[in-house]
Amino acid sequence: MTKIGYFPGCSLHGLSREYEESLKAIVAGLDTELVEVDDWSCCGASSAHGTSHLLAVTLPARNLAIAESQGLPEVLAPCAACYARLASARHEIEGDTDLAGHVNRILVRDFKNTVKVRSILEVLKGQVATIKAKATNPLKDLKVACYYGCLLVRPVEVTGGYDDPEDPSSMEDICKAAGAVPVKWNRRLDCCGGGMSMSRTGSVVRLSAAILKDAKAAGADAVVVACPMCHSNLDFRQKAMQQRGAWEGDMPVLFLTQVVGLSMGIDPKTLGMGRHFVSTNSVMARTAGTGSGAGTGTNKATAVAGEVG
Amino acid sequence: MGSHEHSRNHSGPEPLAARVQRMTGLNPACCYQCGKCSAGCPMAAETTLRPHDVMRLVARDRLDKLADADGLWLCLTCETCTSRCPNGCDPARTMDALREIFATGKDGKPPKAISAFHKSFLAQVRAHGRLFEMGLIMSYKLGGGPMFADVTTTPSVLARGKLGLAPHNVKGLDEVRRIFDACAAVAAEEEGR
Amino acid sequence: MARIGVFVCHCGENIGRTVDCHAVAEGCKDVPGVVHSVDYKYMCSDPGQQMVKKAIEEKGLTGVVVAACSPHMHEKTFRRAAAGAGLNAFLCEMANVREHCSWIHEDREKATVKAIDITRTIIEKVKHNVPLSTIRIPVTRRALVIGGGIAGIQAALDIADGGREVILVEKGPSIGGHMSQLSETFPTLDCSQCILTPRMVEVYQHPRIKLYAYSEVESVEGYIGNFKVTVRRKARSVDEEKCNGCGACTQVCPNKKIPSEFDCGLGKRTAIYVPFPQAVPNLPTVDRNKCLLFMNRAKGRPDTCKKCAEACEKGAIDFDQQDRLITEDVGAIVVATGYQLYTIGKDQPKDNLKGYGEYGYGTIPDVIDGLQFERLASASGPTSGKILRPSDGKVPKRIVFLQCIGSRDPQKGMEYCSKICCMYVAKHTMLYHHKVHDGVATVFYMDIRAAGKGYEEFSRRAIEEEGAQYIRGRVSRMWREGDVIKILGFDTLEGEPIEMDADMVVLATAMRPQPGIDVLAQKLSVSYDQHGFINEAHPKLRPVETNTAGIYVAGACQAPRDIPDAVAMASATASKVLGLFANEMLEREPTVARVDEGTCAGCFHCERVCAYGAVEHKDIKDRAGNVVRVIAYVNPGVCQGCGTCEATCPSKSVELQGFTDEQIWSEIQALGV
Repeated sequence: MTKIGYFPGCSLHGLSREYEESLKAIVAGLDTELVEVDDWSCCGASSAHGTSHLLAVTLPARNLAIAESQGLPEVLAPCAACYARLASARHEIEGDTDLAGHVNRILVRDFKNTVKVRSILEVLKGQVATIKAKATNPLKDLKVACYYGCLLVRPVEVTGGYDDPEDPSSMEDICKAAGAVPVKWNRRLDCCGGGMSMSRTGSVVRLSAAILKDAKAAGADAVVVACPMCHSNLDFRQKAMQQRGAWEGDMPVLFLTQVVGLSMGIDPKTLGMGRHFVSTNSVMARTAGTGSGAGTGTNKATAVAGEVG
Repeated sequence: MGSHEHSRNHSGPEPLAARVQRMTGLNPACCYQCGKCSAGCPMAAETTLRPHDVMRLVARDRLDKLADADGLWLCLTCETCTSRCPNGCDPARTMDALREIFATGKDGKPPKAISAFHKSFLAQVRAHGRLFEMGLIMSYKLGGGPMFADVTTTPSVLARGKLGLAPHNVKGLDEVRRIFDACAAVAAEEEGR
Repeated sequence: MARIGVFVCHCGENIGRTVDCHAVAEGCKDVPGVVHSVDYKYMCSDPGQQMVKKAIEEKGLTGVVVAACSPHMHEKTFRRAAAGAGLNAFLCEMANVREHCSWIHEDREKATVKAIDITRTIIEKVKHNVPLSTIRIPVTRRALVIGGGIAGIQAALDIADGGREVILVEKGPSIGGHMSQLSETFPTLDCSQCILTPRMVEVYQHPRIKLYAYSEVESVEGYIGNFKVTVRRKARSVDEEKCNGCGACTQVCPNKKIPSEFDCGLGKRTAIYVPFPQAVPNLPTVDRNKCLLFMNRAKGRPDTCKKCAEACEKGAIDFDQQDRLITEDVGAIVVATGYQLYTIGKDQPKDNLKGYGEYGYGTIPDVIDGLQFERLASASGPTSGKILRPSDGKVPKRIVFLQCIGSRDPQKGMEYCSKICCMYVAKHTMLYHHKVHDGVATVFYMDIRAAGKGYEEFSRRAIEEEGAQYIRGRVSRMWREGDVIKILGFDTLEGEPIEMDADMVVLATAMRPQPGIDVLAQKLSVSYDQHGFINEAHPKLRPVETNTAGIYVAGACQAPRDIPDAVAMASATASKVLGLFANEMLEREPTVARVDEGTCAGCFHCERVCAYGAVEHKDIKDRAGNVVRVIAYVNPGVCQGCGTCEATCPSKSVELQGFTDEQIWSEIQALGV
């Protein structure tokens, strides 16, 4: 059993709780135990670093300091924005002793900055063989557009270069291990509009619709993401895109953990498949029955979708 | 960040480039105006002030022009500019520093909706230690966000069990508030310069 | 008893302003052994030198100390003056009271005291100086030129025309280098092949040039005037003596699908091939990695295909030919190994280089580099000079050129300007315009650098008369949609983002040194920069010499160079080589290490620490001729006088002439510390 620190972040306890549900559902199968950072607090997201650089570093530092005191060598931050903030803070403190001193004085902690920050891609990439072995219900016919967005693989100074910042492959590798077929497409690194969903919906509609159109043109059945913000913009905002005439049709948007979970034959309800705004029925219809009898039949999938109405 | 404690040893107003360099440790003079940042900027179509313009105006000490434009506030911090900059200039970090300079409202005004969002967001974090999304929505709308936008979608969000109705307060709330207060004190000191 | 003369120079105001030179001269008068001490405004002037000469003659000086500038500046001047008055030149020394004193101090009183101290140390040293004579070493008056591109060709021809023999070593099957791949050259648009081919033939036919094509430098030993070079003549599998260059073998070779290096992968060649019709020498080469016979042999299978051997009327095909090692003695070496283009691919040969993922990692077939465009535009190229895109052979109606790909991009590992791209891109737009009249050529650039004769006029012509659209800005990303390349760029002059469709994109990728340049440089003991470009000895005053005497550098292996630059450098190296070869013997300063044969124990610590390989073994024999001891011997031709051996020797048997322990000790003692 591998133990890894776990920083859920606000979204995974709120708007994107299906991300946490599916993550928790798959880690058992991957022989991994998540140790939650005690009494974690918000990383500051995009609001802090546009307001105060010190705040943007110190808020994540509190969480890293707690993880350090728990004896955790590394922490998984599944939310791409949390990952970026935590990894950036770690990187900046490492390269600036003045800043490190300042942060320690504010926290009143003996923080050594020893905790490594891992993205979901980094962690699952290391488990590709296990995912493949556990894929009792491989998503054979499911064509997926792996969407990285902005913060998962860049800048490389912050990520440590676990994947190429301009031509990444880890998400595709993970999806392939789950039996899905990644499509080649062009907008997997384009920005979806990030944190502007509420404050500037028009921009999000423009950017996210371009991403969905490209995925559709490449023949994708679904878009796969690893970020609550991306998910919210691509899934929740599809209605706004349709209303504004920027997008037609429905494109299911799945969390990477849900893709892995489906391939393991985990109950779609457990994976939170019903919490999406765009129905995932078409996805489950395609995957159902392709597996070696994991028992997640069409009925169940329909039932979940039906529950949402 | 350079040290926040360093004080200037000359009398005139500190040139913007020097100020940004002190805050970020980056040299704005390294920008050779190739425009690659703006070419990849997802918001370039919506703003008149693109990343390379920002870099130029910093180098030319034009705080006034930066204050007048919306570019800084429309930045999505996707860091495409930074990751593709051939000369390692980091426009994203530079814009963070400028937003920090402007955040007080002394030198410039962020657009109402965006400013309201960030203020509401941070207020939630200060109040609870974590983001209380329902609280954010309420406070954002009261604080200047569009009052009726997204009203129709909220029920569907609730139906999916996505919005918690009660905030969760972290135990170390004192520490979180100490962080906010300490950073505000540094900001006040910076503003006094 | 020593009779020392001291000559203190004011160097105008340079020394005189801070140091009381007269006081220095007076202060040295009391030093034992000093019989003459004067100061003068400009000691290096003719009257100043006359003062030195006159004093030597009249006072019978046994040593001269000139308290003035650095020995780098005027040691030679005063030693020549001393020698002119009959004193051994090495009994004259400089005391540096300028760089070491007047220039770095302000307090006149203290500086004057220090200047006296400095002068006194040298007076004590000179008391222990002994007459030395310059070392004379023989010069082998033949040159080696490494690299058969335009720089190597020019250097070889100039040296050979100057009357000296040249060995020209070329790695590839033919000389000609990158210039032979070019279609037309800027700024005159004359045909590259047409001006180059006669030079290549001249090399081949020159009675004083020995051409080793398809060969590499294996090892280099020795020193200026006396290098011993081993050349590996790689097996062509073709007997040079028998082959008449008829080409029958290449016609019958069944393996015809090998990407041609000469055509940058845009054309195909056979396994036995001549890289291009004008190749020199006009000999085919068997590519043993692609030949069926050798591929079978590698798998332990019997020989099958021998079609080329069967087709050869001369019996010239020799599948059992082996590499041969040939040793040549030369006195000078010219390095002219040229450049390669930076590959934008994901896998880079060096960790510090990064690919351009945002431009599709070179996976989009219609994104090509500048040399590939040259091949498309060349009448001898794979499309016979028609501009056709690689993916589907269609004529691209919208062609886009991107400048500074890799160059001026520290984040990708290359901060320098590649110098030639602005010009060749302008040329490409013209060639394109001449061939595709209804096409549009667009250039994304940062700055146009056209600083050469006729260059600015040329690049303006591309814009003003040939319709090229120049957009100032870089491209952020490119991708393929259908058969169109989407370009996301920015026009910094218009201030607007640009989304553009292109049918073909040409990248002006950076110039880098040839792969393996570091290995060659290490063989030659010449230094190179972080990119692998060979360092010149001095960027202004010794631009074609390296830091190793007798080794010179020409062309793009030193920095990005265009053809005129490379040719000028090559001629400059030739002039340096011919100058070196003007004398049979080479004179060198005698400040080299000498071994005391009586006390050397033969431990050879000195040999291990010597960076120049100057320490040799010497047999000491008895009268009957039996070897009784083996001791160290320092070859004065190789020794650079660094003194490391002297510091290392446990039995104190090595001394650096002119800097003996006794001399240094006397200097220190003079300071009374």
